[in-house]
Amino acid sequence: MSEREQILGRIREALRVAAPKPGLLSGPGQRVPAHEKRPTDFSPWLPAVGDSFEERAALFAKNSAELKTDFQLVANRDELQTKLLALAHAEGWKKIATHAGELTNYAFAALGLPVVQTGGRYKMDELESSDAGITECDALVAQTGSVVLSTRSAGGRALSVLPPHHVVLARRDQLLRDLPAAFTALKQRYGSSYPSMMCLITGPSRTGDIERILVLGAHGPKKLTIFCM
Amino acid sequence: MSTVAETFKETARRMTRDLRHRSWIQNALGKYYIGRDEKKARFQNWQEARQAAAEIKWDAVNHLDKYLEQFVSKIEARGTKVFWASTGQQACDYIVNVAKKHRVRSIVKSKAMTGEEIHLAQALEKSGVEVVETDLGEYIVQLREEAPYHIVFPAMHLTRHEISDLFNKKLGSAPTDSPEELTMIARRTLRKKYCAADMGISGANFAVAETGMISLTTNEGNGRLSTSLPRIHVALIGIEKVLPTLDDLALFLPMLATAGAAQAVSCYNTFIAGPRQEREPDGPDEFHVVLLDNGRTRLLADAEQRDTLHCIRCGACLNVCPIYKNIGGHTYGTTYMGPIGSVLTPHLRGLTEWKHLSFASSLCGACTETCPVKIDLHHHLLQNRRNAIRCKSPWWEKLIFKGFVILMNYPLLYRLGVKFGWLGQKFHWLIKGTKLDPVYAWTQSRELPPLARNSFKDYWRRKQS
Amino acid sequence: MVKVLERLGHQVEYPEEFTCCGQPAFNSGYWDEARAVAEKVLAMYRSAEIIVGVSGSCGAMMMTFYKELFHGTPLEAEAKAHAAKVWEFSDFLVTKLGVTDVGAKFPAKVTFHDGCHGLREVGLKKQPRALLAKVQGLELVEMDAAESCCGFGGTFSVKFPMISTAMGEVKCDSALKTNADYIVSCDSSCLMHIQGLADRQKKPLRTMHLAEVLAKQ
Repeated sequence: MSEREQILGRIREALRVAAPKPGLLSGPGQRVPAHEKRPTDFSPWLPAVGDSFEERAALFAKNSAELKTDFQLVANRDELQTKLLALAHAEGWKKIATHAGELTNYAFAALGLPVVQTGGRYKMDELESSDAGITECDALVAQTGSVVLSTRSAGGRALSVLPPHHVVLARRDQLLRDLPAAFTALKQRYGSSYPSMMCLITGPSRTGDIERILVLGAHGPKKLTIFCM
Repeated sequence: MSTVAETFKETARRMTRDLRHRSWIQNALGKYYIGRDEKKARFQNWQEARQAAAEIKWDAVNHLDKYLEQFVSKIEARGTKVFWASTGQQACDYIVNVAKKHRVRSIVKSKAMTGEEIHLAQALEKSGVEVVETDLGEYIVQLREEAPYHIVFPAMHLTRHEISDLFNKKLGSAPTDSPEELTMIARRTLRKKYCAADMGISGANFAVAETGMISLTTNEGNGRLSTSLPRIHVALIGIEKVLPTLDDLALFLPMLATAGAAQAVSCYNTFIAGPRQEREPDGPDEFHVVLLDNGRTRLLADAEQRDTLHCIRCGACLNVCPIYKNIGGHTYGTTYMGPIGSVLTPHLRGLTEWKHLSFASSLCGACTETCPVKIDLHHHLLQNRRNAIRCKSPWWEKLIFKGFVILMNYPLLYRLGVKFGWLGQKFHWLIKGTKLDPVYAWTQSRELPPLARNSFKDYWRRKQS
Repeated sequence: MVKVLERLGHQVEYPEEFTCCGQPAFNSGYWDEARAVAEKVLAMYRSAEIIVGVSGSCGAMMMTFYKELFHGTPLEAEAKAHAAKVWEFSDFLVTKLGVTDVGAKFPAKVTFHDGCHGLREVGLKKQPRALLAKVQGLELVEMDAAESCCGFGGTFSVKFPMISTAMGEVKCDSALKTNADYIVSCDSSCLMHIQGLADRQKKPLRTMHLAEVLAKQ
């Protein structure tokens, strides 16, 4: 019998005795009784989010400030171009990395800098020495100030995490309200064939491992900038 | 040679007297409490969320065979190699062999408590492979050659000066007292390791059955880098980590972060479905998932304590435990410390040797109160005690409690006993606090209250007449 | 407690043969021995309408753990019935009787320690505070970590005295910071441990049970 069969066998044997469901234990500590059907709608219990775009954008901005993410709403492509150029100039970018996409194509053309494309196979040390990685995304999440992306929407796995500055180009209609909505969107988009990696990014890389003091840029990008058009 | 229990008591004696350690940990956790309460308050209903999380985990664990099979079939369909390991040794052997087969020379490891549990790093190093921990806290304790202090914050017990000295000694870096600079030193060193490593090892916080994915949480991005750059990725996962659907993550990710680290949600929550796909520009060519039993099916069979397997390893119970706060993480001498460790370890490693952890608790219940998936932790400690006594009880203790029953069930004897105690107390001062004192365990550090001349029973009798 | 209940006009009965709820044996893992004691307790209170006790931990034992102790035995139903009749004193006054002013007078500054069993098993938090608020002349100040365990834990205090002591020291420090005259709690065992520690370390702390405070006039 294979190890798999042995383990599954032990599991089935163990499960022949039922364990009590949580919430069926009565007592003063039990404030919430068991639900009849297993819960699937978490939005009523998670942090509240407004319905309009303005409310969502305001919440995203508030969360970003807390996370030290640079979140900017831009009206159109011209404004995006201006802001990108300003950023590149301020940060002193010499080389950037990006992937092919509607917004990213526009961005790297606008910047006119040497570029590493992660479309096909690329050289890792080229990516490693880039000053910034510019990607698109699958969604933004207002509730948590997060970016949702995948290997397909953001040019592979390393682009969004190796360069020290990650820039995300998003569209207004990608700003979703909460985490349940984000997972629904991923299922809708990729349900038939998932990419090998998807990720929920919330702020620049950070650690509190030294004396519980917050330091940004532990291993991933030290800076995260999001332009939402 | 002292037993595990004796070592525990010795170390606890030393640690509880260390006032510097006491105030250091109080301080560190103080910040956590404030942050945690603030993030909990953002939930519209934290208690409902807890109940839902508990029910979902109940569903997952009580249908474990079904969900495991679903998870494996989906993830294998995308080219993942799945290995089922009944024991830690089997898991180690498999991973060592994968490394050998692919001529792996260096490995970058993202934090995995299962890895600590089976001593994976040691097994790989013995086979001649370099293993580098990439989580900053784990990297620090790896350099110090000591065990993690906490399951989420491995280096919580160290000051910046100690870390600076460590880096100076082991990495040759200039001393500094800036946490930022220290982090950058680690970043620069580890970056080279990521780029050069042949294999990346990770754990997983959840194994999503519906879509056949693992969910990996980090704040530093070390999980992303360890699983993106090397050509082989191995994920070591306890079989109980299963979660039924992808949507469940919308509840579990914020709860894990809030309870464990006082954050709304962790920085990087990565969902890996398989190795690099044909049209993807990067990612590992091979992805292996090692499913680890190592005693978990034994715990599953204990229906009374089965909910221990609901644990999402958030560390919240450690953070509120007054025992943990006073003795520190290393004193436990186990992979898993704090309340969850005390409940779990006897099941994974044997009741006889590890029962003392279940007795080393005042059963305050703060752990159960804080657990995001409502594990009945402190009641399990009581059950472990009962099981330990049923297995083997010290003869003198059994005698004492038999005496207890007699004294309590015969009121006349009880009253005599109390009067005797009152009289005895008059002479107690002669031997109080010395080794002759029968209640030395109390009087070594505390005074005893004087027994009243008239007990409540005497009062009541007088009142009736 | 008897004085207060009689002051409020209630008839109090007490089975003289009562000694102990059995918790020390239960917590140490000796459930058979605990059951032997608890069986007698069930019998002596069989005819009682309501049972009131001044201890959070004894209350918890009877309310929560008797059911577990007698699970699967012929006395299970009786244990459940018994549990339903048991009330902790402050909970009884506030929740059952709806009374917060018992006519007490005690001019002092006090801080309240939430004993673990009372807090987490019985659900005491607001009730003792509501009662203290109505005591004439009394000023209540909250200490940091009022809900933190004092370190007694029954046999834990003598099996692991070093840890128990450290936890007690943290509690004493927290109480001293408030400059209160007294620490008040619903559990004598907590108070005995805190007072014992304070006396040995010559710390100026005095402890008093909530029932004692409410009896003062």
